[in-house]
Amino acid sequence: MTTSTTLGRRVSYRFSWVGMIGFTIILFWAVIALLAPHIIPYPVGEIIDDDYFGPISSKLLLGSDYLGRDMFSRIIMGARYTVGISLAAVCLACFSGAALGMAAAVIGGWFDTLLSRLLDALNSIPSKLSGLVVAAAVGSSLPVLIIMLAVIYTPGAYRFARSLAVNVNTMDYITVARTRGEGIPYVVFSEILPNITGPLLADFGIRFVFIVLLLSGLSFLGLGVQPPYADWGALVHENIGGLPFGAPAVIVPSLAIASLTISVNLLIDNLPKKIRDRSA
Amino acid sequence: MENLVEIRDLRVEATTDAGRRIEIIKGVDLDVAPGEIVALIGESGSGKTTIALTIMGYARPGCRISSGSITVAGKDMMTLSERQRAHVRGLEVSYVPQSAAAAFNPSKRIIDQVVEVTRIHRLMPLAQAREKAISLFRALSLPNPEEIGNRYPHQVSGGQLQRLAAAMALIADPKLVIFDEPTTALDVTTQIEVLRAFKAVMKKSGIAGVYVSHDLAVVAQIADRIVVLRGGDVQEVGSTADILSDAKHPYTRELLSAFEPKSRGESVVVAAREHAPLLKVNGLIAGYGPIQADGLPLVKAVQEASLSLERGRNLGIIGESGCGKSTLARSIAGILPASAGQLTLDGRELARSARQRSREQLRELQIVFQHADTSLNPAKTIEEILGRPLKFYHGMKGKVRDARIDALLDMVRLPKTLRSRTPAELSGGQKQRVNFARALAAEPKLIVCDEITSALDTVVAAAVIDLLKEMQRELSLSYIFISHDLSVVEAICDEIVVMYNGRKVEAITPAISKIPQHPYSKLLFSSVPKLDPGWLDGLERDPELVKTYVHG
Repeated sequence: MTTSTTLGRRVSYRFSWVGMIGFTIILFWAVIALLAPHIIPYPVGEIIDDDYFGPISSKLLLGSDYLGRDMFSRIIMGARYTVGISLAAVCLACFSGAALGMAAAVIGGWFDTLLSRLLDALNSIPSKLSGLVVAAAVGSSLPVLIIMLAVIYTPGAYRFARSLAVNVNTMDYITVARTRGEGIPYVVFSEILPNITGPLLADFGIRFVFIVLLLSGLSFLGLGVQPPYADWGALVHENIGGLPFGAPAVIVPSLAIASLTISVNLLIDNLPKKIRDRSA
Repeated sequence: MENLVEIRDLRVEATTDAGRRIEIIKGVDLDVAPGEIVALIGESGSGKTTIALTIMGYARPGCRISSGSITVAGKDMMTLSERQRAHVRGLEVSYVPQSAAAAFNPSKRIIDQVVEVTRIHRLMPLAQAREKAISLFRALSLPNPEEIGNRYPHQVSGGQLQRLAAAMALIADPKLVIFDEPTTALDVTTQIEVLRAFKAVMKKSGIAGVYVSHDLAVVAQIADRIVVLRGGDVQEVGSTADILSDAKHPYTRELLSAFEPKSRGESVVVAAREHAPLLKVNGLIAGYGPIQADGLPLVKAVQEASLSLERGRNLGIIGESGCGKSTLARSIAGILPASAGQLTLDGRELARSARQRSREQLRELQIVFQHADTSLNPAKTIEEILGRPLKFYHGMKGKVRDARIDALLDMVRLPKTLRSRTPAELSGGQKQRVNFARALAAEPKLIVCDEITSALDTVVAAAVIDLLKEMQRELSLSYIFISHDLSVVEAICDEIVVMYNGRKVEAITPAISKIPQHPYSKLLFSSVPKLDPGWLDGLERDPELVKTYVHG
């Protein structure tokens, strides 16, 4: 179940092979996303097949889509959007949510009440609706998409981090740190954070999946990535008509989404553990 | 006559997270005759609870019974299936946990939880089970036996809850009851009532018992035979009287010597040199709840406490739980700002709240908490824990800090190899030493010790007290030592303050007179268990006093 990798002489890490598989798949998609423009055999928007929902052939590695465009190229370019936008948005959402949540738990009082109510209010707006409003107001561009997705998922991350931090905050070692005269940033990042990293990372994994799904939903409504480009979610949506024919155009992007989201969660649940030398 | 429990060559293994196997019980033999109470005594980590649990065929997660045989009432627990073992548990062998408060479900009525065993094993109809529970409540001398079962766990006191947990264990008429440190969490005044109730019920119904404890004096009152354990090995077995009067093994003698009264001694020299008080507390009032019209909180946990402590001298504060001694410590440290009163440290006025104190003032007054488990961050290594105050107060970095951490570990008698461990990987005594070393790292003038030895075993506690004395000689520290354990306070303090119900009722200077005057102090002092096995039976307490002051 486990393999040991020795780094240096004293510190060694234990990394389970399940985690390694997850990491390898994420790395694979990241490399694809980076090199996408150099790999694609055909331009994304060009119609090259006479047939729609064409089968896998030597010319078209993953068949063609509903307009006869090359699926292989579209998926490779889609990786850029799905991996890039979702990852950036989830990092932003989880970082700001966790930082604010822990700060609210430590500071308490008015700060906590105001922030909690404000974010609760934000949380009460349906995510697709607020996406529609923002996209209609300022137009859809990549930075707008990233920030919008991050804002939508911050209140959830905040709630989660705050509830964990509130429990840790009652421990005596927090009291010790405060009577030592430590400031809020130290208490938040050095005393509380190390104790709640596990659940926060699990939350990160789930939230990543949500964002991938919301992004595909937005793309379907025409508010996400703009055509001819498409993220994986949009690829599934636009080719959904191929489902009765078992077209690769709908199956392959679904598999791509599944492989990425599952491996993110596999990696997070099986992060490398440092083996400390306790007997020496 | 055949023994009820026969354990032969028991070995239990634990698996570490690096996958290594460690033997934690190394070939233990144990016999319990029907109706006999056998005590397992030893420090934490000696395997006493692990052995007691194997009698039920149970090993805690991560542990495995690797070899040996465990026979309970003719059944080999090792060869039984899990289902058959479940049948034995509760019916023939039952268990009374250390913390009854954690063992009861807070959202169910007590009586429903007490009769649960009869329901699981389909022993008797509910009405009959309830009647039986009530008769047990009566036998355990609980107040209002008819009514108490209808309450929820938080509505009864700790001592009552512990007796209710015993009722739960006894309801199916087991042949053997395992008591896992049932009185450790109780006040001495309450402990007596609980011990008496246990002893009476066990003797009357002839139930055998395995009593796990680290307190030799408590065990002396209740056990027929004592098994002394250390590091998973039996050190010595003998009848209670033999062990107490004629201990053969050096470790047993060490346990016994921890009970010998120690005099405070040498501090008089220091005291004569300096006269200015280090800490003065004047008319301090602290409490909880909304602030009332007079500017004081609704619940006043400490009422007008005044103390004075000279440099190099130690002040002890004793009293039962809820008397306000910890609140007093917290308001001195500024964690719970006092509502009224003055605090002066070394001639300078101290702000009531720690947030308004200067970093230098915070450094000079350190507080060490009771539970090392919760006061050391589990996610950090010992190195990081000790390094932080060094960097924070003294700006130490790199090699200087490393050397100082080594020196601190050396000071509290811990090996340097513990540096890269996390608190969870240390024993209770080691954790408390790290906890204390962190306070020392600040180089304070005064350390407030809040019950720092209560969670430790007698031998370990004695070692920690010795360490405190030694540090005092070397670093001219002063301590405020808060405890409910009189013998500990007597061992280290020049002056003892007895608190009851938020008020200081008496100040005793052991060097002048050891005889308490106030009735509550008298009751408290007389409740400390003695090594004499006849002490509990011979103890006579004024019923009026008990009624006034004991709420357990």
